Amino acid sequence: MDGFGSDFSAGGAGGGKMDTGTIMEQVKVQIAVANAQELLQRMTDKCFKKCIGKPGSTLDNSEQKCIAMCMDRYMDAWNTVSRTYNSRLQRERARM
Amino acid sequence: MDGQGATSDPQLQHFIEIESQKQRFQQLVHQMTEVCWEKCMDKPGPKLDSKTEMCFVNCVERFIDTSQFILNRLEQTQRSRGGFSESMSD
Repeated sequence: MDGFGSDFSAGGAGGGKMDTGTIMEQVKVQIAVANAQELLQRMTDKCFKKCIGKPGSTLDNSEQKCIAMCMDRYMDAWNTVSRTYNSRLQRERARM
Repeated sequence: MDGQGATSDPQLQHFIEIESQKQRFQQLVHQMTEVCWEKCMDKPGPKLDSKTEMCFVNCVERFIDTSQFILNRLEQTQRSRGGFSESMSD
């Protein structure tokens, strides 16, 4: 996280101007990282809630299995939501 | 940072517009996935069954309907009562 931020400002302040292409590339990387973190955080929240009833002394086998399945289902859900929202936007754009 | 240089570059400006739009989309997908997960997901199984998937689809559609309904209704109340800020401050 820190790495991206400091690279960015170092590039801006350190003499030569960054060209537009470099800025766009860096912004894209930062956005991708932010989205991955967002997904990771929400997925961890949800799967912890689903799979860890009473936190024990270890993450036992059945909990691990539940988490693995939960992760896959969360990704399925994410993709379904994304697809549905996208087609809704398309429909509304077509109506206008 | 280099604010002025950035905003006067039309290519960059266009890029930022597109990326912001994409980001708003992504953000709403994250949000709706979370909300609908609570409504639709029982115990995560080995597959997303079709009933659950249908629930997600309906959940997204109704969430957007709700958002639009609220927006419309607020607009109506605003028109008939002459302004939010007034009705909110009394």
